[in-house]
Amino acid sequence: MSTTTEQPTDTGRRRKLLTGLAANVGLIAYFAFSLMPVVFILALSFKADADQTTTYLLFDPTLDNYKTVLGFDDGGSSYLRFFMASLITSVGAVVVSLVIGIPAAYAAARYRFRGSDNLMFTLLSFRFAPELLVIIPLAVLYQQLGLYDTWVGMIWVLQLVTMPLVVWILRSFFQDFPAELEEAALLDGYSRTRAFAKHVLPLVRPGIAAVSLLAFIFAWNNFIFPFTLTSSNAQTVTVSSLAYLGGNQVRFNLVAAGAVMAALPPLVLALLIQRYLVRGLSFGAVKG
Amino acid sequence: MSATTSTERQRPSDETPPRPAAPTVSRRRRARRPYLLAVPAVLLCVGILYPFFVGVGYTVYNFSASNPQPDFVGLKNFTDVFSSSQFWDSVTVTGTFAVVATAVETVLGVGVALLLYRSSLLGRIFERVLIVPLMVAPILAAIMWKLLLLPEVGWIRPIVEAFGFTGYSGTDDPFWAFFWSIVVDAWIYTPFVAIIALAGLRSLPNSPFEAAAVDGASWWLTFRRLTLPMLWPYVLVAVIFRLMDSLKMFDIIFGLTNGGPGGATTTIQINAYLESISYARYSKGITYMFVLWAVVYVISMFLVRYLRKVQTRSAGV
Repeated sequence: MSTTTEQPTDTGRRRKLLTGLAANVGLIAYFAFSLMPVVFILALSFKADADQTTTYLLFDPTLDNYKTVLGFDDGGSSYLRFFMASLITSVGAVVVSLVIGIPAAYAAARYRFRGSDNLMFTLLSFRFAPELLVIIPLAVLYQQLGLYDTWVGMIWVLQLVTMPLVVWILRSFFQDFPAELEEAALLDGYSRTRAFAKHVLPLVRPGIAAVSLLAFIFAWNNFIFPFTLTSSNAQTVTVSSLAYLGGNQVRFNLVAAGAVMAALPPLVLALLIQRYLVRGLSFGAVKG
Repeated sequence: MSATTSTERQRPSDETPPRPAAPTVSRRRRARRPYLLAVPAVLLCVGILYPFFVGVGYTVYNFSASNPQPDFVGLKNFTDVFSSSQFWDSVTVTGTFAVVATAVETVLGVGVALLLYRSSLLGRIFERVLIVPLMVAPILAAIMWKLLLLPEVGWIRPIVEAFGFTGYSGTDDPFWAFFWSIVVDAWIYTPFVAIIALAGLRSLPNSPFEAAAVDGASWWLTFRRLTLPMLWPYVLVAVIFRLMDSLKMFDIIFGLTNGGPGGATTTIQINAYLESISYARYSKGITYMFVLWAVVYVISMFLVRYLRKVQTRSAGV
């Protein structure tokens, strides 16, 4: 009697243990693949010139590459300028996106007006449009307007990247927020604008923070716009990382150090706000 | 079944948005407000659509660096593009790249999400670093992989040789160049699919799974009959995003192989870049882009329509 009841639970337990083990092996395999390039590039960025063509993990780490890339050796710190350009254009794009995107997202969430669906689809279609299509006309236009290789010009085109993101994600946040609360405020005699500022905005603040950081990361990581529409003044750090690959003498450790520093700000931000980011990134699936 | 879906389709969920009841505001002003709020975004659309239409206009001129005063050539650019083998080669490369990369990322991403959903201790640790590749700029990811694949400095050669393979050539061989660009795309975007699938898994109701467990359904049967169909609307969103994005993928291929060797990874985007930026034949490059844009637009319209259908159907279940 006891054996017949114990037998299935025992095999069940063993099977559970085995599938658990298999699952963990699968996870380890995937994450080894996922993290290997990161570990590799970090290691390479700390290698001295003599070690750079060895594939071992054991070596004497040096900070020389970072010093060189940052320009401590030759005094000219062009890398810091690229860094600043990335920072200013990304923040600028986010700010403009928020100022324009919050009202639009609110309108799209609360009202159904003529053309609202078309507007939303147009904004989303920017996400799928090949950027090169607008780059030549933009370059011509920028030359005429004097916007080529300027921060203002970069902020303007990075809208293409950040605005759809801001509007689509914030719309879902506004939709989550019950309209009844707003209406209660209106019945209390608040104006529509004040009801929005006092009641709606504070509640969606976490959403705005999350979407701002996500938009910042997307703007920072964009390559094609700064690559084609800037040359030196407004060149961003992702573009300048390519510079170390050119020339006859490629110094791999310098390329690595440059890439690490260019990748660091979005990565640090992403790990800090991971919970919100994941929600922002999966907005499409959750909201439809 | 059809009766329930047709009644469920009329659910007020997103058909009728909450009516703004504002007794203090006149009807006219209320009717105007959404337009006023959307005006900046509309202006922005116009600001972006202007260069877009200028670009489309270039397709009927022979605008290039050597021909700055372009004249009207009608559809010559299109006939040139459509009759060049270079274009059709890049169509094949682009299509193969997009389909293979999306398929690999979908299977891997759903697999990783299922593993993470078990939420072992290891899963909780790994979930924190899942988004790392997604947050590295694609061009930087391409540079990282380029170094990783270099026979002189990278770790891939010793790994490949440890498994007993010889003749490792990195991205010098046409087939392997294509293979590795898929790998890099999958490296970056598998987490994207995994995140969406994981969000989907966590939002699924428990009761069908409990019922299946009580009935003693096997893991595979539960997955095939319950998990996958219920997860499909979520996965589909990820598939749409990945397919559309990988059709116009530029950064990874530009950074990793620059289209080579010998056109093995020359996608439409790379061709357009070479024509319009490298050779400064603007009209021809833009014609390439316009064709790609039109294709992407049509595909996305069909996919979004299919998605709506799947979503309303699953909302009715």
